[in-house]
This record gives sequence, structure tokens and C-alpha cells, in this order.
Amino acid sequence: MATQDVIARSATTTPSPSVREQQDVAKLIDTSLCIGCKACQVACMEWNEVRDEIGSTVGVYDNPDDLTADSWTVMRFAEHETDEGDLEWLIRKDGCMHCVEPGCLEACPSPGAIIQYANGIVDFNQDNCIGCGYCITGCPFDVPRLSEKDNKAYKCTLCSDRVSVGLEPACVKTCPTGAIVFGSKDDMKEHADGRIADLQSRGFDNAGLYDPAGVGGTHVMYVLHHADKPGLYSGLPQDPSISPMVGAWKGLTKPLAMLAMGATALAGFFHYVRVGPNRVEEDDVDDATPPPAAERDERHDADRGGH
Amino acid sequence: MTNHWCDIKNANLVLVMGGNAAEAHPCGFKWVTEAKAHNQAKLLVVDPRFTRTASVADTYAPIRTGTDIAFLGGLIHYLMEHGRIQHEYVRNYTDMPFIVQRGFTFEDGLFNGYDADKRAYPDKSSWDYELDDDGYARVDMTLEHPRCVYQLMKKHYSRYTPEMVSSICGTPLKRMMKVWDDIAETSVPGKTMTILYALGWTQHSVGSQMIRAGAMLQLLLGNIGMPGGGVNALRGHSNIQGLTDLGLLSNLLPGYMTLPRDEEQSYEDYIASRAQQPLRPGQMSYWQHYESFHVSLMKAWYGDAVTEDNNWGYDWLPKLDEPLYDVLKFFDMMYEGKVNGYFCQGFNPISAFPNKAKISAALSRLKYLVVMDPLKTETSEFWQNVDEYNDVDTANIQTTVFRLPTTCFAEEDGSLVNSGRWLQWHWKGGEPPGEARPDITIMGGMFHRLRDLYQREGGVFPEPIINLDWSYQRPDEPSPDEVAKEFNGYAIEDLRNEDSDEVEVSAGKQLSGFGQLRADGSTASGCWLFCGSWTEEGNQMARRDNADPYNMGQTLGWAWSWPANRRILYNRASADVAGNPWDSDDKRLVWWDGSKWTGTDVPDFPVNSAPEEEMSPFIMNPEGVARFFARDNMVEGPFPEHYEPFETPIGRNPLNPDKPEVTSNPAARVFRNDMELFGNAEEFPHAATTYRLTEHFHFWTKHCRINAIMQPEQFVEIGEVMGNELGIKAGDRVRVSSNRGYIEAVAVVTKRIKPLEVDGKTVHHVGIPLHWGYVGLAKNGYVTNTLTPFVGDGNTQTPEFKSFLVNVERV
Repeated sequence: MATQDVIARSATTTPSPSVREQQDVAKLIDTSLCIGCKACQVACMEWNEVRDEIGSTVGVYDNPDDLTADSWTVMRFAEHETDEGDLEWLIRKDGCMHCVEPGCLEACPSPGAIIQYANGIVDFNQDNCIGCGYCITGCPFDVPRLSEKDNKAYKCTLCSDRVSVGLEPACVKTCPTGAIVFGSKDDMKEHADGRIADLQSRGFDNAGLYDPAGVGGTHVMYVLHHADKPGLYSGLPQDPSISPMVGAWKGLTKPLAMLAMGATALAGFFHYVRVGPNRVEEDDVDDATPPPAAERDERHDADRGGH
Repeated sequence: MTNHWCDIKNANLVLVMGGNAAEAHPCGFKWVTEAKAHNQAKLLVVDPRFTRTASVADTYAPIRTGTDIAFLGGLIHYLMEHGRIQHEYVRNYTDMPFIVQRGFTFEDGLFNGYDADKRAYPDKSSWDYELDDDGYARVDMTLEHPRCVYQLMKKHYSRYTPEMVSSICGTPLKRMMKVWDDIAETSVPGKTMTILYALGWTQHSVGSQMIRAGAMLQLLLGNIGMPGGGVNALRGHSNIQGLTDLGLLSNLLPGYMTLPRDEEQSYEDYIASRAQQPLRPGQMSYWQHYESFHVSLMKAWYGDAVTEDNNWGYDWLPKLDEPLYDVLKFFDMMYEGKVNGYFCQGFNPISAFPNKAKISAALSRLKYLVVMDPLKTETSEFWQNVDEYNDVDTANIQTTVFRLPTTCFAEEDGSLVNSGRWLQWHWKGGEPPGEARPDITIMGGMFHRLRDLYQREGGVFPEPIINLDWSYQRPDEPSPDEVAKEFNGYAIEDLRNEDSDEVEVSAGKQLSGFGQLRADGSTASGCWLFCGSWTEEGNQMARRDNADPYNMGQTLGWAWSWPANRRILYNRASADVAGNPWDSDDKRLVWWDGSKWTGTDVPDFPVNSAPEEEMSPFIMNPEGVARFFARDNMVEGPFPEHYEPFETPIGRNPLNPDKPEVTSNPAARVFRNDMELFGNAEEFPHAATTYRLTEHFHFWTKHCRINAIMQPEQFVEIGEVMGNELGIKAGDRVRVSSNRGYIEAVAVVTKRIKPLEVDGKTVHHVGIPLHWGYVGLAKNGYVTNTLTPFVGDGNTQTPEFKSFLVNVERV
């Protein structure tokens, strides 16, 4: 990782030293070639040495049925009937999009917990993560997840460790149909052009590239048969952007919030001096457990449209 | 596969039918992507379910399970009717002009010679060609003779009109015609379609005939022997091709030679009936060398103990009193209490075989069961009560179970034969755990103990065991290298050129090809088809040169392909009669260069046989051409005919609605006590089919945590319409029952399974993945084969896992 250049750092005003120009990297996921085999999910777990729980089947092929702190990528299966009555099974590999303007990084209050490398990879540094979950709120794609084990946020790293030594991400390496490819962003766009032309020749008039401008573009891009309707792909946002709340937090509210935090800290200090250490009730801890899983599930169920 | 994985990239059209390549063969499926990317190929999928393969297809057509012969028969009719066939190919390279005997008939769903009591065709003698005075088959090159194969076939399939086919299969007419039209386009010389199929064709009571129908389609289109063509079985295990090559079936010997039957006590007659002479002038009829292969096999097994004087040990070969002792037959015998002990090697019958209740009862009647496997299996634990998933009374099972842990493929050297007939050597990646031993070591130990017993105590028939040649360096543990070299074969004596008397191969040297095998006992080869795989140049299977100088994907330096490192079978047919490729740009495989056959593949033909000599491309057949008319080789008739699955949702065969005796295959493999267990559509109205998922490999990978995470829990798939009718939502728990038992699982309710209109009725499909059981890390589930019927194809004895009837209820 040391060989990668940091270009931005959360909650830090000092500009990062830019040692040298580095090419933007990108992962291109071609939904029209993806067969939903989940080899990418397996490779991700193998390389990153994470193991999710053995879960349940909830009535769809998706397993695990959502991203977790141990599942950094999942396949989402959506069934779509065209106007002609033909069925399409739109399978999308979900995970971090590595936005050029990352909402998570924008939202993160903890210095250095989220960093963006010069090649475009957005990475979490769990050593600096305070587990506040703001990155989840800040993410227009609902990607980061807090671990119940250490209360820190996790997501796809685009295999920054592999990329830094010239390897492709593990999912790319393993994909049997070549639906996931990796290279410079320019090359990936050119590759996508060829794929889009092929899809158009096969009757997908609206085939196109998903590289949303609302987040400044992404370093994970999709080739979609229906680029005009990304929502068909298990709720891929039509026009993602960073929530205004995050902007407000950073721009206007942050100094106030910092002040409030400072005041709280000060109050806490006096409390400690006068009363002694806090006793935490178990209930309080439970209450503090961030984003209610049920709420997230609801959102995904709605996205998947009638599974 | 007649072709091989990489060759799929040469196709113009890919038909996936009777299989789900993306699901079950995701890595090989990359070659379909290649064909689409570099050859603008289209992908067609015909399947009861909209599958993972269908998700990337250009066209998907639904079909009712078990009706593929109707679909293909209709397509054959359509192609012949509209003349959309590869005319020159069909006329010259197939049996279309051959005249069939006068006695051959087909009426009311039956061919001539049927015996209803035996459920068989005991006399198939008229299912053959009319011969002339020289013993050659008569032909009519005008194809006008009323009894020529062309005319008979045209008549046979004239009943398969588009309307009839659509009514049988439930495939909407318009969609069906679109698929047929796309396929018909590959009748143009030089355009090819590849067929990728798997157990969706094999596992039916008419499975072999489904595959034949596919082969006939490919012949009509001129797609056999062509790059990007062929009939390609995607094998379900990494070495199941090797299993059949080595003859691990009860009626076979290695290299597709056959065991003698009880009545074949004479060695000369045995050889004469197999060493077929040419049926047309100037043809090769390669099996006429049968005796060379056979004697070399016996020399490999018995060494000096077999000589011409004892007919090369012919009396030591078992003679079949039954047509064969397949697994269906054997478990039926076990069920009847006629079997004491069973060695179960790399096989999990209680999960993998139909009607779990019967298998469980059969295993309970054994004295002992030996399970050789790297992992616990449902079979090795069949006696354990595991709640509702294996609800047995352990105290009442007296079978002694021995578990002998074996190494797995990654813990041993050896070769695997892939679907494309490549023998690829592999090297072990780690040491086996604990007391696990290679299968060959366990078998070696067992052999020595048996032989010692025979030597000490004699016995009824000790010779076949005592005389086995076992000259391995470490007799208890023959090495994979030694065994592989033995399969290839070696010269026992100096082999001299018949003309010049020069020594061509010195005694003790490895042979370089099966052309060197001899019937005089001077050569040994454990499997003639593998001859050439380990020569004096070394282990050819270990080669890893992927050079592709013609950019045709044949990579002759990568591993080794049987036969003779040939990548595409019958490849002489890729060139026209004059010896020029049908398409000299994109489909050049082999050609006549004026003095010899050459090309991008090893010619499947005598290299010096000039086109003027008129030898035909299908050199293994005595007639030299490919067969539409199967002669007497299939148990249910020379032409594939649609019969309903034994459990049919419509209760009749629309082709012969008033003939209940031909509703289902009249010559299928079925036992009396199993017929009583077939269900009917009144009680079990839905058509069910079983299959694999990408996330698992059979019953093994539920031991592996990551696979278990990817698909943790048993489920069944039903269509939305059916779900609405029955009040079942995705995620509900349902009970699926057949006349043999029930399972319970989570419901996946999907748009991907549509109700089909069949013979005036609405038929729903129920999809049942097969992976779960009661050992391993994934959540316990029911054994899917609790549901399936104990009936099989009469040619292969493969059970009908793909078509049966169930009822579905919400729990």
C-alpha cells in the first residue's frame, strides 16, 4: 500500500503530497456477460480472508442476501419482463463503486479512516475508524457495513493490496466468463464501447456505460443492456449523488457539530472529574448499534421489485 | 464431446438444450462468450426454466421436461420439408441412401418385433440394411427408393408437425419457429452450430434417443466433424469421461470394447462379432482391428499367463448372464436381499440414486458396506437418525459400515479426462490428511489379500485373480505413472516392419499409437484408446504448449486427446468430397493437399487415402458413413420416437393418444416393484425436474464453508402463477411430495418458470436443486432423490431424474 499515493484523506485539511502522476484504474462489470455464478464472491472471501455466516435462503438466489462486513460483494438477481413479454434475468455484482467524489469519505469524521488513492481506489482504514456509520449515510450506493464484531466499517477495497503490486482484483482474476475486467479507466471505457456496440447489434438499443456523473464518475463501472433504466438492476441509482445532508454536515453544520462535540467532551471531562467513570448499561449499547438491519432489508426488497 | 471446449469459439450458433452450461460448467462456458465476442455467435437456450444460461442468451424457448425428442423430431421434419439441410454432406457422408430391409415397420408408436411381456424387442434382425450378393449394403444415391433411410425418416417425422410439437412441448409456436429458423441457417456449408447438452438429455427414460435426435439434427445440418459443430456432452464430473473410456460399466471393457455374453463361449465367435467387416466397398471399418486391441488388453492384465493356446485368457473373462449389472439392477437385487456386501467407491448412492426409501432399505439389508471416500457421505451415515432428514431406526439396521478415507484429486498425481477427451496430467498440491490413502493403494491391498486367500485356500475359480500380472515397483501401491504407462502400452517383443523386417519398436519400449497394436501377443495396452498418451517421448498428457498456429483453437501441443491426439472426431467430414474445407477461411480443419491429408488437427482418416478412393469419413462404422438409422444398436428402435416420461402430467402420448402401451418408452429399464410406485397427474399434478446449482458440486461442497455460505439452505423453485394459485410466497416453506415420499424446503417463487399449455392442459414445473442432505456444513435438508422414480433409459440405464410428478403444498 505504501506504493500507492494518497490524494485525499478524511477530515484532514493538509493537502496530501502527490509524488507522481498515476493512472486512474477501473473495474468494468459487464452485466450482459455475467452468469451470476458468484465466483467473484468466493474469490473476494478467499483473498481478503473474510468468512460470512452460513445464512438462510430467503426465497431468491441472492446469498448472502445483502452486503455485510464479511461479504464485500454480492450478486443481486432481478427478474424483469420486457414490454414484448420476454423475460430478462438481470444479474448485478454489487459492491463499492469507488466514486471519484466519494460520499463516504466526505461524510467521515475520523481523520484518515477513509482514504482515496491517486489511482482512484477508495479504501477504509479500520485502525482509524470510530464506527459512527456516517460513511453508510454518505454512500449513495448503500455499500459500507459496520461489523458487529469490532464495530468498524468494511467494504470492497478494490483489492488495493493486489493492485499496488500490479495484480488485478481477485474477483477479476476469477471471473470465468470475462464479465469483470480491470485496467486503466480509459482502456475500460474503450472496452465498454465495443461491448455496447455488440449489445446494440443484438437488439439492446439502450445499452450503455454506467459511470454516473453525480459522484464525479466511478472506478467501478457497469455495462448495462438498459443503461436508460439502471433501477432495473436491483435498484442501481439512476442518478446517484452525495446526500445534501453530508454536504451540510461538512460545510455548515460540521463546525457547529465540532463545537457541540467539544462541549460534550468538556462536559464529560467535568463529569468524570466530579463523578467518576461512566457505567454503561447493556441497553444503551444495544440502542447504539447502528443502522437497523430491517430498515436496510426493506430498502433492498423494494429495490428488487417483487421477489 | 465430439469436439472440445475451446472449439466452441468456432461456432456461429450455440444451442444449449438438455443442459445449463453456465450453471453447471461456468468455466467452460467462457468459450461461448468467446464465440459471441469474436464470431458474432448467437446463443439459443431451450429449457423448462429460464436458467443462468438463458440469462445471457439471445433467444430462450421454454419446453416441457422430457419432450425434447418431439421438439427435435419436429425440427428434423421442418428441415427436411423445406430442404434446409446440408445436401452434399447428407448424401455423401450419411446413410440416407442406404436401403433398409423389407420387414422394418413402424406403426402406432411401435417398431416391428415388440414383445409386450418382455417389454423389449427381442428380434431386431430386420432393423438393418438390405445387402447385395457381395455382402454390401444396397444404396440409392437418388434417395428415391421408398425404403431408403431418407424416405423412411421423412415418413417417420411427418407426424411431428409444428402444431403437434408445440402442443406436446408447450413451446409457444412463434418462439419455436424462431428457434428452428435460426438453427436452419447453419445448414449452409461452412456455418456451424454446436450443441451443448448434459444430464438434461441423459436422465430420461428416453435419454439416449434424445441425444441421438440431437446427433441426427447435426448430421442433417452438416455440423459433425466441423469446427464449432458437434454433439457435445458436458460431463458432470471432472473424470467421468475417463470412467467410460476405461470401461467402468458392468458390460464394458476398456476402450469401449464389450464383455462377452453368457452364450458367447467361443473366442473366435466373440471376436468375429465385434471385428466388423466393411459394409460398403473401400471403407475402413476400424473396429476390424478389435482383436489387436483385445489381445493387447489381456496381455496388459495377465502378461505371460495368456497365450494363443488359452485364447488369451478368454475363459477368465466374466460372461454376462444378464444384459448387464447396472446400478439400478444391482440396487434392485440388494433390495431383494440378494446382495451381502457392497463396495462404494467415490459414489453416494443414497443421495445420487432415485427413490431414497428403496436405497435405504437396500443398504439396510447388506451384511457390510465399505465406503471409500475423502468425506463423510449420506451413504456412509445412512444408518444414523438425523431428525426428519434421515428418519431411520438405527437399532434395526445391522449393516456393518467401514469407512476407508481416500485422498482427493488434489492430493495425488494422475490424469483426468475432460469432456473434450483431453487427458490432462495433474500433480498433487498437498499431502493427504491423517490415514487417507489413494484408492489405488486400498485396491492394491485388497487385491493382495484376496490373492493370498485364493493361493492358500484355492476356491471355485481362482485363475482370473491368481494370474493377474502385478509387476509394479511397489506392489501395494502402484504409482500413477506406472499405471498410465501400462494404459498406453508397450512392446513385449521387438516389433518388426512386415515388409522390410526392420525393428520398429524394440521390446520393452512404449508404443506411440494404437496402429502398432498386434493380435499375436507381442504388444500390451491397458486401453487402446489411450495408446499414444505416454510414449518414449514421455508423458504426453503433461504437455502444456498452447500454441495455436492456425488460430483455430486446436492447440495440438496441449495435453493429449484420444484418439491419437485428435481434437475433433470425424474431422474428415469438415472437407467436401474433393477434400477441400467447406469453408476455407473460418472452418479449415483438415484437407487433402494433393498427396496427403493434413491440417490444423490430426486427420481422423488414413492420411494417404486420396479423395478419389472414396473412403467415407466415419471410419469407425462399417458402412463408412454416419447413421440416421441406428440399425439394431438402440433398444427402442432405429429412429428416436417421442414417448412421455413415466410420470406424465398429461396422462397420454399425443402422438398415439389411444394407445396406453406406448404412452411411455415401451423398452425402458423398469422393475416390477417400482412400477407400482409411479404416481399419476390426478394426485401429483406438477411436472418436476432436478438439477444442480453453480454454488455446489453434487453432495460434496456442502462440507466447504464458502460454498455453504453461497447456497446455505435447500429450496425449490416454482413459477409466480403457480405460487399465486397455491398462496405460496417467496421464502415460505413448502412440502413437495411424489408417490415415493416428500421433502420440505424454502420456496423460490419466480417469473423464470412459466406455465405451459400442453395438450389442452396447463402444466406447471417445479424445479428441485439436488445438493442438500444430512452431512456437511450447509443447513441440513432432505435428500432430493426421495422423490424421483426408479426407472431408467434402456440403453444406458440412467435414471429418469429429470421428469416426474409432484404435488406442492404450503407447510
